[in-house]
Formats: sequence, C-alpha cells, structure tokens
Amino acid sequence: MTTTVTPPAVEARPAPVLRGYRFELVKLLSQWRIRVLLLACWIAPAGFVAAVSLQSVLPADTVFGRWMHATGWAGSLVVLDFSRSWALPLLTALVAGDVFAAEDRLGTWRHLLVAVRSPRRIFVSKGLASLTVLLLLVAGLAGSSIAGGLAAVGNHPLVGLDGHLLAPADAAGTVLLSWACVLAPTLAFAAIGLLGSVALGRSTMGLLMPALLAFALQLAQLLPLPVAVRLALPSHAFLAWRGLFTGPAQTGPLFIGLAVSLAWAVVATVAAYHLFLRRDFTDLTYDGSGRRVLVAGALPLAALVLLTFAVVTATTPAKGSGIERAKVEGSLATAYAHLYRMQTRELHRPDVTEAQLRATASCDKGGSRVADQGPGNDWRCVVSWHLPGATAVGTAIYQLDVTADGRYVADGDGPKEVNGYFQVRTSTGDAPNPLWQFDGNVDLLASTSKD
Amino acid sequence: MHESPAVRGRRIKKSFGDVVALDGVDLDVAAGQVHGLVGPNGAGKTTLLGLLLGLAVADGGELEILGTPVGRTLAVPDGVAGFVDGPGLYPSLTARQNLSALASLRGYDAGRGVDDALEQVGLTDVADDRIRGFSLGMRQRLGLAAALLTRPRLLVLDEPANGLDPAGKHHVHRVITGLAADGVAVVLSSHRMDDLAALCSEVTVLATGRVVFSGPVTKLAAESGALDYRLLTSDTAAARRVALDTPGIRVPSGGDRVQRPDADVLVVRGAVPAVEELVVRLVRAEVAVRELAPVVAPLEAAFLALTGAVPTDEEVS
Repeated sequence: MTTTVTPPAVEARPAPVLRGYRFELVKLLSQWRIRVLLLACWIAPAGFVAAVSLQSVLPADTVFGRWMHATGWAGSLVVLDFSRSWALPLLTALVAGDVFAAEDRLGTWRHLLVAVRSPRRIFVSKGLASLTVLLLLVAGLAGSSIAGGLAAVGNHPLVGLDGHLLAPADAAGTVLLSWACVLAPTLAFAAIGLLGSVALGRSTMGLLMPALLAFALQLAQLLPLPVAVRLALPSHAFLAWRGLFTGPAQTGPLFIGLAVSLAWAVVATVAAYHLFLRRDFTDLTYDGSGRRVLVAGALPLAALVLLTFAVVTATTPAKGSGIERAKVEGSLATAYAHLYRMQTRELHRPDVTEAQLRATASCDKGGSRVADQGPGNDWRCVVSWHLPGATAVGTAIYQLDVTADGRYVADGDGPKEVNGYFQVRTSTGDAPNPLWQFDGNVDLLASTSKD
Repeated sequence: MHESPAVRGRRIKKSFGDVVALDGVDLDVAAGQVHGLVGPNGAGKTTLLGLLLGLAVADGGELEILGTPVGRTLAVPDGVAGFVDGPGLYPSLTARQNLSALASLRGYDAGRGVDDALEQVGLTDVADDRIRGFSLGMRQRLGLAAALLTRPRLLVLDEPANGLDPAGKHHVHRVITGLAADGVAVVLSSHRMDDLAALCSEVTVLATGRVVFSGPVTKLAAESGALDYRLLTSDTAAARRVALDTPGIRVPSGGDRVQRPDADVLVVRGAVPAVEELVVRLVRAEVAVRELAPVVAPLEAAFLALTGAVPTDEEVS
C-alpha cells in the first residue's frame, strides 16, 4: 500500500489581484462583442431619446414616456424602464455569463492557472473585471440617455409619479439615484451569470441563465402574486426606483428590493466561488453540471426567496397583492391635486394649492361583486375637489388600469372640460391636458389606516 | 556539491473518481536534461505534466520540484513554466499582447523580455497580429515563447512539435536543446518517437498509469528485441526459403504477401544478430538484397512492446 505523505506546502507566489484584474479587463475589452456593447450603450440611448423626443407620438405606455416632450430627464427614465426589462439582464448574460465559460471555450484554464497560480485570485479578478465592464455599460446607458434628452428637449422640471413637479436639480439627482438603484439587481443578475458560467462551462445554458431568469421573473411579475412574494424576488428592485418619484418617496419596497438583490448577489457569488474552487482543472472533458447548478446554486437561492418571504411577511404590513382601495384612492387624489395645479398654471388661471383643493377619490373595482383590491383595468374612481371661494364640489371620473407592480394609468372619463383631451400651452410647447391621462404608483407596502 | 534534481517523484498516485490516472509513478529529471514522457492515450502523461505545472495535486506519494516538496495545494515553485493540451492563448489579443499580459501577471519585464521570447521562437514578424489567424504551429511556438518569458528552470511541454512543419519543428528543437544546454530541465510528452529520439536523453514510458520503462533512449531502443523487417530482394521465393532456414528468423504468416507497387516485399522477424546472419546467407545464396528496413522504428517497436500494443502477425501483414 502506498503511504500518502504530506510534505509542507510550497509557498507559491500568486499574481497580484490587480494584475489579474487588468489582464481580465484587457481580455474582455479586446472582444468585439464587448466593444460593440460599449459603443451601443454609450451612443444608442442618446440617439433613441433624441429621436423619440422629436416625434409627435410618445411612448405613453412606458413610465414617464408621456413627459418626454416636457423635459430631457424623462427620456432617461424611459430608457431605464426599458433596460430593466431586457437590456440589463442581457448585458449581464453577455458579460458575466461568459467570463468563465470563455476560458472553457478557448481551452485556456491551465494556461491561466499556471500564470496566476491561484484560483481564488482568478475568481476575484474575473468578478471585478466583469463588474467594471457592467458598470461602464450601465453608466453608458444612463449618461447617454440623459445627454440625449437634455440635448433634444432641455433641462426642465419633471412631473413625478404623484403629479408633483421636481425642479431640474431634483430631477437630475433622482434620475441618477434611480440608475444607481438598478445597479443592485444588475449585480444580482451578474452573480447569476457568474454562477452559470462557472457551473455550466461551455454550455449555452450558462450564458443564458441571467436572461432566462429575467424572463421567468418578468412573467412572475405579471402574475397577481402576494406582495411578499414579489418583494422576495430580485427583479423587484428593477421596479422599485419608481417609488423615488413620489412624495414622500416609497422607500419601503425600494430598500427591501435593494437588500434582496444584494443578498442574491452575495449568495450566487459565494456559490459560484465554491464551485469554482472545487473544480478539477485537469479534466479536459469538464463541461459543467446541471446537478451542481441545482445543488449549489438553485437550492440556496430558493431558500433565500423563502426566507425573504417569511421576513417580509413577519416584519411589514404587506398583505395580499398590496393594492387596496384606500391606497389607490389616496394615490389618485394626491396625483390629481398636483396635476390640477399644473393645469391651472398652464391655463393661466388663478393659482390654488393642494390644501385648498382638498381632493379626495372614491374608487370601486369591477362593481359590487368584486372585492376592491388587486390589479386590474376595471378600477373606476370619482375624484372630488373644492375650489376656493366656491361652494360647489367638482368631480371627475377616471378609469384606472392598475398593474400588479403598483403602477397605474389614470384615464380621464369626464367631464371633458376637466380631464378630456385638449392641448394646453406650456413653456416647452403645446402638450395634452395633464389631467387627461397620467401615471401613478401605489405603495405596495404602505399600511391602510383608512378605508 | 550535489545539485538536487529538477524533478523527483516517488510513488505518485492520482485518481479521478474510480479512474486511476497515476499509480505509483517514479520520475527523476536532472537539470539540463530533456526528458520524454511517452505512452498511449490515457496512460497518465497529461496528469503527470499537470502535477508538475501545479494544475492538480497528487493523492499520494512525494513530489519535489526544483528541490522543493510540493504539498497539497495547487502550487509549484517559481521557475516552472510550460503548457499542457496546447498553449492557452487568447485569439482576440495579438501575439505581443498575449505575452505582455503574461509577463505582467508574473511580474516580469513586459518589454524587452517579450521581444526576446518572440525572437527566440521566430515570431517577431507577426508579433502585432491577432493570433486568431495563427496556424497551429505558430500557436505552439507562441506557447513556447510564453513559457520562455519566465526564464524557467523546469520547462514542461505537452506535444510541443504538434502542428509544426519541418522547419518549425527544427526551430523548436533548437530552442529546447539550447535551453537544456543552459541547464534548464525539460519534460516533454510526445507521440512522435522520432521527436523523442532527436531531443531526449531519457524517456519514461507510461502505460495505464504505471511506469513500464524509465531510462536512456538508447536503452529503450534495446528493449525492442525482435523486430519486423521489410526485405526486398531479387528473388522473393528464394529469400523466403533462406529466411526460414536461418536460426532466429521467423516469417510471420502472410509475410510474403506484402505487396508494394514496384516489387514483392518479404517481412521477416528477428533480433539484430539473426537478421545479420540472414543477410550473409542471402548473399551466399546469390540473392541480392535491395532493401532491408525495420517495419517499425526500434523506439516505436520498444514502445509498442512495453505498452502491450504489439501488432499481431495479421496486423503486420
């Protein structure tokens, strides 16, 4: 029998992480695919925003799309809303989802290991390099879309999701903060990309993992899931930035979304790290393992979802879909009051304040046989307000299409003098009556103290 | 003063699951020696080279590299360089960028050192070309340059002449023998016995994870024993009769049915003394010997014999 001898380990000199990082960065930036992505992210959004802002028809189905004629800041938010659906998960797939698999494809693992002499440092270098490239891409999307919007439309106030006006400086800060917020879920998807790339090797499935996960979560977001489940998913932070555009900001869902995303990023990165260190680099036939992904990746992440669900349920007032009659009424009344003031200014009428208006809303969903809660396009609301010096109470009817993520579109249904379609003159040109159609956002986590 | 060997391995074991890749392998490589590793596919060559490069750790046994024991971590001392399963190069980078990045990783001078390495392997003219367009041979040479960058004391090369044209092969051989002359220990694997014969002073033959021969190349050739020879004469039938009457010579079944486009060829089997006696007898019998050559080169025959891959009579014929 051969005796196993364990002599003292040799003190090898691994390459410093900084050098490994630089090498990984050079490799990534030398790929035509990454160069094309960088170019696209730094140029295309500006062109898109500028071109759309100059069109007569605006993408009103996208949040802030209807305000693209009014301010340059809206364009960037349209790009952000589009990016969070597809662009960001796809970018993470193409960068982080390929950073390890590329070495499998090229057969360069052994070369790299001999050069760096530390799988740990290789992992760290690759992670940092892909993170850097992703940050460059996201910065390009943000910077380019802002530049395009400001160049085409100008630096004007932005209408928030509760109708209040954000001064240009506030708009700038909030838009940049929104882009910063989506970095957290982007990190989570990047970590999923790393995990797929490590665990599945050359397999295309590794590359597609972030994109497939994004697709699955998009489908989930469309479903009327309980709010605690929605908040437990990493994709929620891609939506939660909208809460920054209300007053007060809807910080509850945002903070939970950020925390969940970062937890996903940590768990997936740690899983990828352990899988990577356990890998046998002398096995040329290694082509990943779906079983490893399941055991080392999917199960911990599923456990994380369950844990988050339990914590959110126990520590927040969240229940059901989070969309309740009182919340919808409060949100609509607030938005209506802000926008009424805006309409008043644009029609050159005497100014009124929100306090003077004392706007309230009364909503019903789907008639008397349906509970007044949950998403749907069958919300019908009557907004009432008072004018200073007048005894009569004004009323206006709105049809609301409320989606499961809390966003709604209010569509004026009369009287046409108040919320019908007509053009008003604004400082940036003619625009539709602000009370005709507008966007709002229900805080899914807010407690309902009134009915 | 006694200088420690570049590689000293004793009873090295390595398994992958149920598959035993190395089973008690001993290996000694002295400084300045070009040592060949040879064996059929799956014999354990790549695994052994991987251990020398620190890509894997042995499950058991002792391994000393450049006088330092290698432990249970993926680590080898400085001064070891090389590649297994082809040089790992990045096609989107130029030859110079590939080498510069490597030099930078290892903390070497990325300027002069890169130029010297490229010059040594004859790739100066294409230094700034992306290696996407390089031939296999050029990549092999660039891989060698990458290994040379770090001024190794132990160079580990897996099939370094793979894909090289005769001129390229000659160039690489010159580099390797030059390094050995400067005291660098070189361990290389190859399936080409002529490469090993041209380069190596010693070889280790592996079969199913075990060493079946280790020693000088000249000794390996002697291990071949009886060889098959192709014999072309002026009278094949007479030559066959003489061969059958010669002690120590066998004519494998079907040996006289071997045909060449221009003449009949007889295959005879025997050790060198018996073959010499056959030639003498043929001359006495007034049968002219036009050609006598081993069917398989002695080194290759020894390899086949040692690894249990000797062809049958039918295969020979």
